[in-house]
Amino acid sequence: MASSFSRILSSKRNIGILSLVGGSVTAGFLLHRDHVSAEHVRRRYPASAEFPDLRKHNNCMASNLTPAIYAKLCDKATPNGYTLDMAIQTGVDNPGHPFIKTVGMVAGDEESYEVFADLLDPVIKERHNGYDPKTMKHPTDLDSSKIQSGQFDERYVLSSRVRTGRSIRGLSLPPACTRAERREVERVVVDALSGLKDDLVGKYYSLTQMTEKEQQQLIDDHFLFDKPVSPLLTCAGMARDWPDARGIWHNNEKTFLIWINEEDHTRVISMEKGGNMKRVFDRFCRGLKEVERLIQERGWEFMWNERLGYILTCPSNLGTGLRAGVHVKLPLLSKDPRFSKILDNLRLQKRGTGGVDTAAVGGVFDISNLDRLGQSEVQLVQTVIDGVNYLIECEKRLERGQDIKVPAPIKQFK
Amino acid sequence: GTKKLNYKVEEEYPDLTKHNNHMAKVLTKELYGKLRDKQTPSGFTVDDVIQTGVDNPGHPFIMTVGCVAGDEESYEVFKDLFDPVISDRHGGYKPSDKHKTDLNFENLKGGDDLDPNYVLSSRVRTGRSIKGLTLPPHTSRGERRLIERLSVEALTSLDGEFKGKYYPLKSMTDAEQEQLINDHFLFDKPVSPLLTCAGMARDWPDARGIWHNDNKTFLVWVNEEDHLRVISMQQGGNMREVFRRFCVGLQRIEEIFKKHNHGFMWNEHLGYILTCPSNLGTGLRGGVHVKLPKLSTHPKFEEILTRLRLQKRGTGGVDTASVGGVFDISNADRLGSSEVEQVQLVVDGVKLMIEMEKKLEKGEAIDSMIPAQK
Repeated sequence: MASSFSRILSSKRNIGILSLVGGSVTAGFLLHRDHVSAEHVRRRYPASAEFPDLRKHNNCMASNLTPAIYAKLCDKATPNGYTLDMAIQTGVDNPGHPFIKTVGMVAGDEESYEVFADLLDPVIKERHNGYDPKTMKHPTDLDSSKIQSGQFDERYVLSSRVRTGRSIRGLSLPPACTRAERREVERVVVDALSGLKDDLVGKYYSLTQMTEKEQQQLIDDHFLFDKPVSPLLTCAGMARDWPDARGIWHNNEKTFLIWINEEDHTRVISMEKGGNMKRVFDRFCRGLKEVERLIQERGWEFMWNERLGYILTCPSNLGTGLRAGVHVKLPLLSKDPRFSKILDNLRLQKRGTGGVDTAAVGGVFDISNLDRLGQSEVQLVQTVIDGVNYLIECEKRLERGQDIKVPAPIKQFK
Repeated sequence: GTKKLNYKVEEEYPDLTKHNNHMAKVLTKELYGKLRDKQTPSGFTVDDVIQTGVDNPGHPFIMTVGCVAGDEESYEVFKDLFDPVISDRHGGYKPSDKHKTDLNFENLKGGDDLDPNYVLSSRVRTGRSIKGLTLPPHTSRGERRLIERLSVEALTSLDGEFKGKYYPLKSMTDAEQEQLINDHFLFDKPVSPLLTCAGMARDWPDARGIWHNDNKTFLVWVNEEDHLRVISMQQGGNMREVFRRFCVGLQRIEEIFKKHNHGFMWNEHLGYILTCPSNLGTGLRGGVHVKLPKLSTHPKFEEILTRLRLQKRGTGGVDTASVGGVFDISNADRLGSSEVEQVQLVVDGVKLMIEMEKKLEKGEAIDSMIPAQK
């Protein structure tokens, strides 16, 4: 790690890296929590006058933010100037829903997870079912050769997809980045992607410059992302300066897609029609490793540490940031009263085929992993494969008039 | 933070090529470069000022302002941006011009006899900002709550025709909310991206509320788009009475604030300081809901309005269309003329347009009545 650190220091342009860390240049400093020094914010009113009214709120931030924690953190800022008020704004502005518990806060930069650890750690613990960043380590494993039986019955599985996010170390995240930083993310990533080869060769479509024809094609392929309308995102400042420095890259075969500067620096998606999850995950791992190698050649790296795994904007996406899923036909099973319990025990979640916040249509569900942090990519994808195979077995049994069993719950942290 | 300054100006300068608002027309790369390392004492930067204009490119037909102030000092620190925007928006108003404030309702001539067969209601509104505190795009929760506390203290001490009650948004009962909706008093959380992108809806509904007098003719919004929005209104065409109540109420409120060492933001160049540069000067919009079904379809309607220095809106407010030939007609100007002068234009102009409407009803021409540019 020391050699890659010194590479960053020598080849990156004048980004003021020393100002990022308050002067400490110890090799490997970014791996140690205590070396990030917080800046002090001058405040006009006492913490008690500023403490948000969270009595009608139901999100992870509101559940964990006490007046004492607020008082301790409210006058701190990351070296980039990101404050607690900024981090929690989305959760203050969006009280939540009685049934869905949102996270209610975001990170503005990598250092947010250190400077505001007193709030983020318990939020992470709650959201990730007990994962304790203070004591636990997150395993990263992108060796797709370890996957077993990753080909689904295509009479049931219509498509397979794996997505994650990656952040470029040294640049602020979407809630806090300036236009110049956002443009730098775009430049760094697009430059690296142009070095991909073989089945990964592709093209970048900038949102500000795409032609109408290109736009229509991307819409038809279901690749185009819109300006965020969800207040969860807009209140966190992620839609600022839209569509400046936003774009979509995909390979010519349309099986590997990258979103630039949407909710994260990058969202990386591998997908195919049909049930070959193994091949989807193979390409996912290979593509990610290639992109990482290409940015490292240019003196950059992804935000990652051994406690939180890959660092992304929303605490819910820490760890692997991975959502592996299928669109699968389960018309009989989905009507069975035990469906939710089966999913829970398999550590899977269901969504409609329009994505989060949509309902299922025609008995086709989007089934994916619940967990992100505390298990590796390989483990999570295997969980999805094993789980979906079980669901298909249940569906087949119900077709034959046989009964099904609720499986024993899978162990949380392996 | 200071990270921004490590990048060159052209790397930070926004892409305004597809934009059509006052800020975009004025903000060159050079000007941006000049302003980007400045901030007001409370920490408001040029990026904060322009964010709403960057995020909302505008409309080919409507010219929005595209910038806001975060505090009184914004208009000084970012003068090189605000002065030309103010000039464009306010008919060539120069940095050396002085603005006249006149809240003496007795200086208004007439205005008590607008024909009630045509004028359904009359209304005058303005905004006020409390000196020394930051504006809605920039306030923290603590400061917004202080604004609410000071405002409620002042308002609840009013008596006589101004005796009334405050309804905080976050704790009003369902019954109170229903009543305020029926009275058309309740304001909603802003949905317009012009406002949300400027950060004015943060922490909603904390420290927001509505105060109105028992007679329901004088209404104050707290912490919506400005610290205070003050509204005087009633059914019918007695604009004179509406304006009297407006002036008297405002002056009573200002006295109380001054007694507690919190006057209103005002200076002799820009008049009353408000969040949006379009509301500088008087911040006053005085208007009526008036039935002009024939005149509004006359080919010279727009020109008549322009010459009278008036503007039309639908009866739902800005961005709505008229329904049944009923229009909201109000003054177009805010800066460079006084409250009395602006309301006088409304009174005289509406009177004239009603005469025109009556002529058109009789099948007569109105060409000889069309006024010269005021």
